[in-house]
Amino acid sequence: MKKTIEGSIAVAEVARDCGPDVVACFPITPSTHIAETLDKMYTNGEIKSYTAVESEFSAISMLVGASAAGARAFTTTDSQGLALMHEVLFAAAGMRLPMVIVNANRSLSAPLSIWNDHQDSVSERDSGWIQLYCKNNQEAVDTVPQAFKISEDTNIPVMVCFDGFYLTHLVEQIDIPEKEVIGKYLPKRKAEYKLDPENPITMGMYALPTHYQGFRIDLHQDVLKAAENVKKEMEAWGDVSGRKYGNGLWEEYHAEDAEYLFIGMGSVMENAELAVEKMRKEGKKVGLVRIRCYRPFPSEVVEAIKGKKGALVFEKAVSMGADAPLYAEISSAMKEKGADVPLSSYVGGLGGKDITVGHIEQMFGEIEGGPVKKVWDGETGAPKIKKSLGAGEENGGA
Amino acid sequence: MVKPELENKELFKSGHTACAGCGVAVGLRHIMRALGKDTIVVNATGCTEIFTSAYPKSAWAVPYIHCVFENSAPVAAGISEALRAMGNDHTKVVVISGDGASYDIGFGHMSGMFERGHDVLYICYDNEAYMNTGVQRSGATPWKAHTTTSQVGKQIRGKMQFKKPLTEIVAAHNVPYVATSTSAHYADLQQKVQKAKEIKGPSFLNVLMTCVPGWGTTPSLSMQYLKDAVDTHVWPLMEIENGFSKLSMKPEKKPVEAYLKGQKRFRHLTEEDIAEIQEMIDERWDHWVWKEKVDQERKAGLEASE
Repeated sequence: MKKTIEGSIAVAEVARDCGPDVVACFPITPSTHIAETLDKMYTNGEIKSYTAVESEFSAISMLVGASAAGARAFTTTDSQGLALMHEVLFAAAGMRLPMVIVNANRSLSAPLSIWNDHQDSVSERDSGWIQLYCKNNQEAVDTVPQAFKISEDTNIPVMVCFDGFYLTHLVEQIDIPEKEVIGKYLPKRKAEYKLDPENPITMGMYALPTHYQGFRIDLHQDVLKAAENVKKEMEAWGDVSGRKYGNGLWEEYHAEDAEYLFIGMGSVMENAELAVEKMRKEGKKVGLVRIRCYRPFPSEVVEAIKGKKGALVFEKAVSMGADAPLYAEISSAMKEKGADVPLSSYVGGLGGKDITVGHIEQMFGEIEGGPVKKVWDGETGAPKIKKSLGAGEENGGA
Repeated sequence: MVKPELENKELFKSGHTACAGCGVAVGLRHIMRALGKDTIVVNATGCTEIFTSAYPKSAWAVPYIHCVFENSAPVAAGISEALRAMGNDHTKVVVISGDGASYDIGFGHMSGMFERGHDVLYICYDNEAYMNTGVQRSGATPWKAHTTTSQVGKQIRGKMQFKKPLTEIVAAHNVPYVATSTSAHYADLQQKVQKAKEIKGPSFLNVLMTCVPGWGTTPSLSMQYLKDAVDTHVWPLMEIENGFSKLSMKPEKKPVEAYLKGQKRFRHLTEEDIAEIQEMIDERWDHWVWKEKVDQERKAGLEASE
């Protein structure tokens, strides 16, 4: 049903309709509206359980217990909250416990910032979680049911990432899938193994060097294999909802005949779509490749990049002291698959610095001269403060 | 004291790798017999996890889960919520975690669990230091005790701080049933476990358990030290039910030296140290006797007025 609704509330409605047994949340900007909405739903008897815990660490720990007991488990967080969960993220994946986190992407301290970038979830890329990045709120509500399905089919936890403020607080028209549609798509969880006194098992054991590596590599292999589930569920969800986002792993936009490509993740890619539309009208052959599934990393995305005159990776995360993470991975995949395309790296949009259509046009323009590696520090696009408002020369530039 | 009826079979199995004389292994066996098979055990990282769950072997005949060091309370809360949501109103969720997990690293999360009132029995096995990593001081380590991070040197002699009063802190959360016991007082322990198990809501047991290498004792004296801990009034056995405290035993006081002597962690104590410890223990014991009197009179008064 189409509604004009805030992104956070739409996500909460879909999470509710996925029928979670256990929800545990801790407030953190900008994911708080999702938590508040779920609490309200609990007070109205719309979800079975909601616990307002004393920390994100306890939220994720409650999900571990709940999932181990065979329940469907959900939480939402971002930034410092996700970082606080770090230890348990690895354990939850290692214990092969399905669960879903909606992460409202936000920067990490210090300095403190409540605004958007991808440093929080990108920093958890090695945790063993599947990570799906959404470009808009419609995709976020479409991804949550898929996330549960993928997670419960693979016994790998899934993180749905959508941009804090740009999406969480955006009120727009969203087609919210009906509860019946979700119900038909997402059957009740059937846990392969669980904490059950009738059939006692020991979970979370410790492993000596003989066994430890085997467990970790099994998880790695299964995360890689989960790419098939991500693709399959995109098809299946497309069939019931009528909406699809590429092949589930990545989405292309005017990429096939493009000479230059812009590669990235999240809501900036909707701005990039506008930039491409504009530039196409001007006769410039540009296109987009949006990475939707960051883990497992779809290295076959290189097929969409091959043969171009140039491509740039734009990302809202830094690997301190090294190449930017998404650029490094695409670069490595290109080398492995013999794609010899000049690849540029742009880091930007950190802590909520705006990336506008104009900026994206400029970046496209820059790479025509050869590969670039830089931090994008363009104008914010905010209106300049006029002198008549009393601002001095030195701070008049917004 | 009536010895509890125990029809349950052993649910904590032999073949684990605990040290000879481990007070924890003995305690776990008694606890599990009292809990019965309709139980899910949540365990923090620590000795118990290591000596009972080395893949592919397990000493647990009930469902068991370990996640990380500081989250046994919220993991248990998650299981409890899941059981409730899925319509299971009989299985008991029980945390069994050490003093490091309970007094220190998991303290805030445990407090959160008690404040929210999840239906979980939390058992802290208190062996008074981080034993799994080789005896480092915790909030549960007693004053003056030697550990590898509260060493005895030329200027400082053992732990400079007092033991955290965890039992009282938990009781202050209005947890309806809080009690202390030891591995050696197994009838007392089992009775308290059975009582706690029946509580719908949170309950807490703080159980003193010997660590042979950590305390520097002999395996054969493992239970004797726990008996002495109670008989010297170092570790009073008590229950705090709905806020009303009651001592479970009032043994005739043995001098504290009977408990301290022979434990390597205390061998550096001077006569003055021992006298000071004795004074503190007497003061604490008097406090508990007084508190029991006040609480029980108040309880009787309330019952009479009902």
